[in-house]
Amino acid sequence: MDPAPTADPAPPDAFVDIDDVSLVYGRGTSRTVALHHASIAVPRGGFAAVVGPSGCGKSSLMKLVTGLMPPTRGTIRVDGATVTGPLKIAGMAFQNPTLLPWRSTLDNIMLPLEIVEPHASRLRRNRAEYVGRAEALLASVGLDGFGNRNPWQLSGGMQQRASLCRSLIHEPDLLMLDEPFAALDAFTREELWGVLQKVWMERRFTVVLVTHDLREAVYLADRIYVMSARPGRIVAARDVPFARPRSLEDTFAPEFVDIVHELRDHISRERAAA
Amino acid sequence: MSDMIDDLPTEEETRSRFGRAALENASPVIIAIVTLIVWEIACRVFDVPRFVLPTPSMIFASLVKWHAVIATHAAQTLYTTLIGFAFAVVAGLVIGIAVGTSRLLYKALYPILIAFNSVPKVAIVPVLVIWFGIGTIPAAITAFLLAFFPIVVNVAAGLATVEPELEDVLRSLGASKRKILMKVGLPRSMPYFFASLKVAITLALVGSVISETIASNAGIGYLMLNASSRFDVPLVFAGLFVVAALGVAIYALFATVETRFTGWATRAQTARLEGTGGG
Ligand SMILES: Nc1ncnc2c1ncn2[C@@H]1O[C@H](COP(=O)(O)OP(=O)(O)OP(=O)(O)O)[C@@H](O)[C@H]1O
Ligand SMILES: [Mg+2]
Repeated sequence: MDPAPTADPAPPDAFVDIDDVSLVYGRGTSRTVALHHASIAVPRGGFAAVVGPSGCGKSSLMKLVTGLMPPTRGTIRVDGATVTGPLKIAGMAFQNPTLLPWRSTLDNIMLPLEIVEPHASRLRRNRAEYVGRAEALLASVGLDGFGNRNPWQLSGGMQQRASLCRSLIHEPDLLMLDEPFAALDAFTREELWGVLQKVWMERRFTVVLVTHDLREAVYLADRIYVMSARPGRIVAARDVPFARPRSLEDTFAPEFVDIVHELRDHISRERAAA
Repeated sequence: MSDMIDDLPTEEETRSRFGRAALENASPVIIAIVTLIVWEIACRVFDVPRFVLPTPSMIFASLVKWHAVIATHAAQTLYTTLIGFAFAVVAGLVIGIAVGTSRLLYKALYPILIAFNSVPKVAIVPVLVIWFGIGTIPAAITAFLLAFFPIVVNVAAGLATVEPELEDVLRSLGASKRKILMKVGLPRSMPYFFASLKVAITLALVGSVISETIASNAGIGYLMLNASSRFDVPLVFAGLFVVAALGVAIYALFATVETRFTGWATRAQTARLEGTGGG
């Protein structure tokens, strides 16, 4: 574990650079300090995980990075540019799949293509090409042939796979995942770790993953940030040195389990301090 | 062993195992018929005078006797109802979208809309008569006034049900407010909109008849007022029956339209309730 995590200087090539950010919600008696001097730097093509006690400001951090709201203090840079509004390039997926029930699964996945340029203006004329791309993506998460089903005809795990496809279809440079697998059963969750790792290794976009599952964090991430209880600060950063692709077997290796325990200790201490 | 996978019955076939669909569909008709029979018998047994409560058979006789007159008046009522309703749909959609998408407009307009909706529309008819004279226009306007409020409320409520997370997904893709409205807000509020149409069209009918009863020389409302002044009570009731039948017919029409256009909403619902869908 790094001894002085707050002194975590941003490398010059950071793709996502959260620099000394604080965030306050509300005012007066309902004033909540959600984040307090939080700093995180993720290199281009890196895979970062953020773990921490419930309510410490992880989801808020995601919203700040994607520019959905401004930080109270500090700055956020993505790809070198200071974030001043919604990013326009990010893919996002949440615990709740939020598919649109009136669209088929395929049309749901293609929704970002109707919004993001240059796809939006090319979509009508090159539809076949894009449909092919969407179907390939569906197949890669184990949903081949389900494209013309309605979302409510899919199981919860299948909906979450589709939601992951939707966040990837426009080949974003930045993928923000907020507990995307939290509502799934253990087997599906572990299968989707493998799917995500595979897609990421092929495309090498930058990922920020929020999770409560420490095994998930260690399996997927290059670097794990531990946040304190509210107001959230980064209290530790841990590099995960294991080679890729990592397998589920690896998660039972002693070095792997050690890291999980180390993180668990940190979080229990943070929760006790709260 | 004989139970091969392909031999299993379909979902529709299986659903009938929970049965009672036939009885469910027939039940309103059965209740109507039983009520009419009890009514007929009670009137005859207690010898109720026809100017107090005519028997259903007298009412039907009157319906048959006056069918041509009733048809013209019913056509007039339907006409004013539909005009008022059409304007209510347009105004309801526009105001509903405005109130549902803009906080400022919500704050500005909602109290006024509530105040307006609290005014009994009967009280407005005389004013309308002063402005437009008696006849079609006040009836159509009364229909409009009664019908547009539920549409506004439902469209605004539908827009408010868009999941904030979905909005986040779209905004982080760079979607404009207008685009989010077109891709998500409007489709999401369509079930609410169509559900409100069923209520709105029946309220429009009520509005038309109220206005015709107060100030008109045509329409079912006028016919009933006219009949009651001549103590032709069976014809008054015949008018009531026609209004009720019109109401049921247009309600059924819009219920069909609703399932046709927003079947995904109810089907997603049943799928969830019956545990065939995910969640
Ligand atoms: N829109 C909001 N208005 C006011 N306070 C908010 C808002 N959103 C979040 N908060 C507060 O900010 C704090 C951090 O919330 P956030 O959702 O970021 O936590 P989290 O780390 O994602 O929690 P969890 O792990 O339970 O998802 C919480 O105390 C919450 O009450
Ligand atoms: Mg959260």
